[in-house]
Amino acid sequence: MTVTDTTEAVLAYDDVVAAYDPVLGLEVHVELNTATKMFCGCPTGFGAEPNTQVCPVCLGLPGALPVLNARGLESAIRIGLALNCEIASWCRFARKNYFYPDMPKNFQTSQYDEPIASNGFLDVELDDGSTFRVEIERAHMEEDTGKSTHVGGSTGRIHGADYSLVDYNRAGIPLIEIVTKPVEGAGERAPEIARAYVSALRDLLRALGVSDVRMEQGSLRCDANLSLRAKVPGAAPGSAQQRAVPLGTRSETKNVNSLRSVERAVRYEMTRHAARLAAGLTIVQETRHWHEDTGITTSGREKSDAEDYRYFPEPDLVPMSPDPAWVDELRGTLPEPPPQRRRRLQTEWGFADLEMRDLVNAGAVELVEATVAAGAAPAAARKWWSGELARRANADGVELAAMPVTPAQVAALQGLVDAGTLTDSLARQVLEGVLAGEGEPADVVESRGLKVVSDDGALGAAVDQAIADNPDVADKVRSGKVAAVGALVGAVMKQMRGQADAAKVKALLTERLAPADSTTDVSTS
Amino acid sequence: MTGTSLPADLTRATAAGLAQALAAGEVSAVEVAQAHLDRIAAVDGTRDADGVATGKAVHAFLHVCAESALADARAVDDARAAGQPLPALAGVPIAVKDVMATRGLPTTCGSRILQGWVPPYDATVVANIRAARMVVLGKTNMDEFAMGSSTEHSAYGPTRNPWDLDRIPGGSGGGSAASLAAFETPLATGTDTGGSIRQPASVTGTVGVKPTYGAVSRYGLVALASSLDQAGPCARTVLDTALLHQVMAGHDPMDSTSLTGEYPDVIAAARAGATGSLDGVTVGVVRELSGDGYQAGVLRRFEESLAVLTEAGAKVVEVSCPSFTVALAAYYLILPSEASSNLAKFDAMRYGLRVEPGGVAVPTAEQVMGATRAAGFGDEVKRRIILGTYALSSGYYDAYYGSAQKVRTLIQRDFAAAFGQADVLVSPTSPTTAFPLGDKLENPLAMYLQDVATIPANLAGVPGMSLPSGLAEEDGLPVGLQILAPAGADDRLYRVGGALEAILTARWGGSVLDRVPDLSAALATAANGATR
Ligand SMILES: [Zn+2]
Repeated sequence: MTVTDTTEAVLAYDDVVAAYDPVLGLEVHVELNTATKMFCGCPTGFGAEPNTQVCPVCLGLPGALPVLNARGLESAIRIGLALNCEIASWCRFARKNYFYPDMPKNFQTSQYDEPIASNGFLDVELDDGSTFRVEIERAHMEEDTGKSTHVGGSTGRIHGADYSLVDYNRAGIPLIEIVTKPVEGAGERAPEIARAYVSALRDLLRALGVSDVRMEQGSLRCDANLSLRAKVPGAAPGSAQQRAVPLGTRSETKNVNSLRSVERAVRYEMTRHAARLAAGLTIVQETRHWHEDTGITTSGREKSDAEDYRYFPEPDLVPMSPDPAWVDELRGTLPEPPPQRRRRLQTEWGFADLEMRDLVNAGAVELVEATVAAGAAPAAARKWWSGELARRANADGVELAAMPVTPAQVAALQGLVDAGTLTDSLARQVLEGVLAGEGEPADVVESRGLKVVSDDGALGAAVDQAIADNPDVADKVRSGKVAAVGALVGAVMKQMRGQADAAKVKALLTERLAPADSTTDVSTS
Repeated sequence: MTGTSLPADLTRATAAGLAQALAAGEVSAVEVAQAHLDRIAAVDGTRDADGVATGKAVHAFLHVCAESALADARAVDDARAAGQPLPALAGVPIAVKDVMATRGLPTTCGSRILQGWVPPYDATVVANIRAARMVVLGKTNMDEFAMGSSTEHSAYGPTRNPWDLDRIPGGSGGGSAASLAAFETPLATGTDTGGSIRQPASVTGTVGVKPTYGAVSRYGLVALASSLDQAGPCARTVLDTALLHQVMAGHDPMDSTSLTGEYPDVIAAARAGATGSLDGVTVGVVRELSGDGYQAGVLRRFEESLAVLTEAGAKVVEVSCPSFTVALAAYYLILPSEASSNLAKFDAMRYGLRVEPGGVAVPTAEQVMGATRAAGFGDEVKRRIILGTYALSSGYYDAYYGSAQKVRTLIQRDFAAAFGQADVLVSPTSPTTAFPLGDKLENPLAMYLQDVATIPANLAGVPGMSLPSGLAEEDGLPVGLQILAPAGADDRLYRVGGALEAILTARWGGSVLDRVPDLSAALATAANGATR
């Protein structure tokens, strides 16, 4: 198979939504953060040497048998409950049969017509503060496949590669697949809703503590299905009249590895579908690959309904019938829903809507919460995480939570600022030291000698020096041009290598350069 | 038992007798192992560089591990000399069916596709055997991936029946059964998916038990049909079978379908049976499992067994299991379906055979998989993979796999009703005695019919035993009687089997295997024939 359609025509977005009604379907795979794999005792840690976290079971050696990870089932049930699903009183695993080198058994142990959770919903908050309900078809358990790296060739895919490497460390990692019902009524907001849904789901899964939800590491992966149908003139998106129009042929876009990409990929597919439909072409039911760099999708394998996985109940695993009392117990462990929690925290912290949204988008709510818990004022905590740290994370291309600094360290740093030991600019240098692994903030202050100099003798000498070095400026100040003192403050700060309290320097300069009478005035008034 | 009861030829001893003599220090484990290795060398024949059987001999073993067997035996002797406590069967030799993963020993399942594969782990059954300090002699031949009733589907050539080297030893576990009948080992393991322990026992005059599904761990058994496979013991006497059964069975956390809870004492049941009394026991004769299609001599021995059971005090009643008539059809949908999926892993990507397709410069993974599977699987395996793939296909699933599962429920109901009327059920194990090699190779359906009486037990998960009921008058070959019990009541097989064996051997003046022809003579004739 070759990539032929890299330059497909697209239609302007406004024209798309004027003529077509988009219908979304989102499939999210989330890797659970259980210590061991779904059906064996191998560790699940990310980033180990290839093929070191394997055993006869997850390598599919002849004779090996699976045993269900009880924690995996527990996480699946909690996810189902958090998504307002019904939990099956009896369900089974099934085998999904197909040949692929990264699937050790050439079948995937999954669930088919008997998922653990079904018929739920997730209320998603949109940018304008409104809420959109996404209905959940099912959430089911399965195992991940190994990871193939195709070397050589131009596409990075198996076809055309010189050879392929397979890492089975990932094979057997527990996955939950969460599938929405067709999302109708999204209209022109379809791309935003797709992004907001994945974002809300990510927040929920993070709050549940069941997954690392790192899209860039693949612990949360999204496939976006999209189809267009003709818009009924005058009918609102989601109206009965609009819903009565049969669904169009869908494409399934894979490899969507960031929230932003979810939005962009859906938007792109809408414009691509529309261009084809407008030109009288048909939509091919196929898998599409999203390309982050070029912002387009390309054709993968054709996928028809005739693709036959020959599902049948997994005979090596016994059916599951979770005890209702246990399910109720798990219901009691559900966290406060993230949107509700955000509203509560926003009120407690006194943040503006925009400030709060920035924190949410930066994935910093938990970090700020922990920093506040460690003693920092909310405003200061927010300033660090959505300011300096967000900038650095962005520059380094890592998630904020992955920055090598803890909320407790940020709180300690702010404590030093509050105590007057550090200025803001010194505090940034200390943070740099902490991020570089030089220890706790107090250690960095000590080792880098970054303490604010408040010793009047040293400051006084520097002030006198600055006056002596800049006689013209000093005269201007003396003659009443008070604004000119800034240049002298700069000179002193430079001399002190930033380690001085600027306000104090300014006060000393003003005192030294004041006309004699005004000094008297001050002292006698 | 005293030392004098041990026969001069150690290979003629029972496992129970050997265990006792070993414990008493009357014989060393090395002597016992050496005697059996010598016997194997004398009767089992040779194999070429590719592992294929050459010449006419028993060919029960695919792989003999003389060195490790003697080392294991020596370790047992040393431990005993040092006064260490040892398990009851320590030092007793055993042969392991080649479907069981054995760490450091080749495991081929009788297939080319696994030629050269040496598992990095032991099946739980094998681990149990090693923990019992038994001495593994080698791996026994089988129909490829346990698909067959004659061992003729082994990629390494058939095993021959010690009763007549031109006849089949049954299958798929013909290697294990023949190794017992040829006195190459006192004990062997088997697996039974539709009769692969019981039918070979029947046609070789040995004893074999398929335990209740889940009683013996399946971890490390290369799967044929997961919901039907069950490993079990093979031996020459009911008591020996029970001794091995005890070692093999037990809960295994590595097998989700492994049973938990109380398991009956099969050794005590075998000993109780050996008293010959079956007072208070009701035996049900399954109407559907005899009559048409059964060889006259087989039916005659069956009638005789019923008379013996009555004599022993059992009440014999007739029961009906109407769904058994469609068991074979259901079995040949469920088995291939599960097998088609279980055998998908043999794809040349991680282990086993790898064949690069000809005429392609840079073959794709798919092409390598295809070429390997085409070259590595035999015809019967391919036939069943195709059948199973078809039966599971979308649009056919309900009609085939779905219906077969419904039949399974009906069969379970028939069993439940029958066990409401009788403690155990009996039938001939196999409709015929051992047939000549090649006789049914061209007719798969005739081959499948060999298992008509054994399959219902697998579909319902209930335990079954086959033990000798004598020789058929028309051909002088062994006939087997099958005993079936409710799930979890494996002890009943041993109680009833033990009684029948006690009475019959007393009547015959010894084991039926005493009448196996002298193999050395047969082999000499074969060798002479070959040189002429
Ligand atoms: Zn593993």
